[in-house]
Amino acid sequence: MLNDLPDAPLLSVRDLTRYYGERIGCADVSFDLYEGEVLAVVGESGSGKSTLLSLLATELEASAGSIRYRMRDGIARDLATLTEAERRLLLRTDWGFVRQDSTQGLRMSVSAGGNIGERLMAVGARHYGNIRGTSLDWLGRVEIDRGRIDDIPKAFSGGMRQRLQIARNLVTHPRLVFMDEPTSGLDVSVQARLLDLIRGLVSELGLAVIIVTHDLSVARLLSHRIMVMKGGRVIEAGLTDRVLDDPHQPYTQLLVSSVLAA
Amino acid sequence: MQPLVQLDGVSKAFTLHLHEGVRLDVVSDVNFSAAPGECIVLGGPSGAGKSSLLKIVYGNYSCDAGHIWIRDGGEMIDVATAEPRRILAMRRHVMGYVSQFLRVIPRVGALEIVAAAGREGGLDSQVAQDRAEEYLSLLNVPERLWTLPPATFSGGEQQRVNIARGLIADRPVLLLDEPTASLDARNRAVVVDLVERKKKAGVAIIGIFHDEDVRDKVATHVVDVTHFAAKTA
Ligand SMILES: Nc1ncnc2c1ncn2[C@@H]1O[C@H](COP(=O)(O)OP(=O)(O)O)[C@@H](O)[C@H]1O
Ligand SMILES: Nc1ncnc2c1ncn2[C@@H]1O[C@H](COP(=O)(O)OP(=O)(O)O)[C@@H](O)[C@H]1O
Ligand SMILES: [Mg+2]
Ligand SMILES: [Mg+2]
Repeated sequence: MLNDLPDAPLLSVRDLTRYYGERIGCADVSFDLYEGEVLAVVGESGSGKSTLLSLLATELEASAGSIRYRMRDGIARDLATLTEAERRLLLRTDWGFVRQDSTQGLRMSVSAGGNIGERLMAVGARHYGNIRGTSLDWLGRVEIDRGRIDDIPKAFSGGMRQRLQIARNLVTHPRLVFMDEPTSGLDVSVQARLLDLIRGLVSELGLAVIIVTHDLSVARLLSHRIMVMKGGRVIEAGLTDRVLDDPHQPYTQLLVSSVLAA
Repeated sequence: MQPLVQLDGVSKAFTLHLHEGVRLDVVSDVNFSAAPGECIVLGGPSGAGKSSLLKIVYGNYSCDAGHIWIRDGGEMIDVATAEPRRILAMRRHVMGYVSQFLRVIPRVGALEIVAAAGREGGLDSQVAQDRAEEYLSLLNVPERLWTLPPATFSGGEQQRVNIARGLIADRPVLLLDEPTASLDARNRAVVVDLVERKKKAGVAIIGIFHDEDVRDKVATHVVDVTHFAAKTA
C-alpha cells in the first residue's frame, strides 16, 4: 500500500518567518504538504495565521525561510526565485484563494458568470459558448441557481458569495487552494451546507488545501492535519483527530476545552 | 501465524495542564499481539485504559513510549511514529474502528453513510451498495429509515448504523470499542455473527465487550489491562 502515497511533497516550507518591524508575524514555520492533504491552521486572533497564508500565497515577502512548490512539470521551485510572470500564472491557474471577505475574492460589479469565466480566460479559454457552458456547470456544482448567471455578486447572500468564490477558484482545476476563514460570519445552517460542499469538492478533486480557521469544528470536519499557532509559532501539529482528542500543549488543551464548554 | 498488530512496550500518560498539570498514568509497558483470525478482548474495569489503548492503535491518541506495529501490505508500520497521511491511508485500507457512538454526519442518509464507508474502504460501488443493504437488514435497521440521516434515530439504531459502517469494508484489522453496548439480545447476536465472519475471513480483531456472553463467544484471548496499570512513582 506504500505506493499509493506520493513521495514528493507539493509544498515544502522551511523556517518561514515574517517580522512587521520588531513584531513577529510568524516565525520558524516548517511543514510539508502532499497532494490531496487538507491542513488546517488554527489559533486565536493575532496568532499569525493570515500572515502565514499570505506568505505561502506569495502576497507577502518573507523575512527568512523558504517555500518550495512542485510545479506541474514535477520540478520543485523556490517561490522566491519565480519571475513575476510565473508567479501570476501560478496564482491564476494552479492555485486558488478563497477569502473570508468575499468582496476581496470576487469582482463585485462583474456577473457571476463573468467571475468564473475570468479565471478560465486566464488559462487560455477563448470560446464564449464554452466559457458560459463551463460557468453554468460550476454554478450548478456549487448549488447556485443557474438562472443567476448574469446577476452580480452584490445581489447575492453571504453564503452564495462564498460558493461563487469556490466556483471561481476551482474552475481552473488548481492543485493547491488557500482558504482564510471561508465560513466565518455565516449563519450556522448556511455554514453547514458550505462545509459539506467544500468537503465534497476537495475529496472529489483531490485538492491540497491550507485552511485558516479559528473554529475547531471546521478543522475537524475538513482537515487531515492541524497546526496550532500561538504568538506566531507552531506549538503543536499532527493528525487532526489526534490533536483535538489528545492535545498535549497547555494552549491546545485550552482551545479544545473552550470548544467543549461552548 | 505472523501478527497483524503488535504492541511493544506501549506507555501512555495524560498531563492535564488545565488542572495544575496533574499527570494521569494510564498504562505502561503494554505488550500483546493479534494474528489473523484472532479476537483479542481487552478486559478490566472502567478507567483501566482499554479505550485509550484502542485509540492508540488507531493513531487517535499518541503514546509516550513503545511501538504499535501494524502490517500494511508487505511492511510493518509503526503507528507511533507514522506520518498523518500514512495513518489516514491505513485507516482506509488496513484498520477499521467502531466506537460506541456515531459521529453524526449532516444531511446524509443511513444507507449512503454505510455504502460510502464501503467505497472508502476500497469496495466497488455496487458491492458497497449491496453490502450496505445486507448489513442494515441483518442489523434490523428498518428499511423506511435508510434514506434518512441518522441524527433523529434512537441510540440503538444509530449504533447499528455505526456498526454496519465500521464492518462493511474488508480491512485486515478491526478495533471494536463496546459495539454491543446499547443493543438488545437479538442485535447482539447479529454482531457476534458478524465478528465470527470477520475472524473466519482472517481479520485480526482487538475488542472491548462489556457483555460477558458476547465476550465468551468471540474472544480467542482475553488481555487484562490492569496488568499494565502504570507503576505510579
Ligand atoms: N500589516 C501589519 N502590520 C503590522 N503588524 C501586523 C500586520 N499584519 C499582522 N500584524 C501582526 O502580526 C501578528 C499576526 O497577525 P495575523 O497574521 O493577522 O494573525 P491571525 O490571522 O492569526 O489573526 C499580530 O500581532 C498582528 O498584529
Ligand atoms: N483524552 C483524554 N484526556 C485525558 N484523560 C483521558 C483521555 N482519555 C482517557 N482519559 C483517562 O484515561 C483513563 C483511562 O480511560 P479509558 O481508556 O477510557 O478507560 P476504559 O476504556 O478502560 O474505561 C481514565 O482515567 C480517563 O479519564
Ligand atoms: Mg487572520
Ligand atoms: Mg472505554
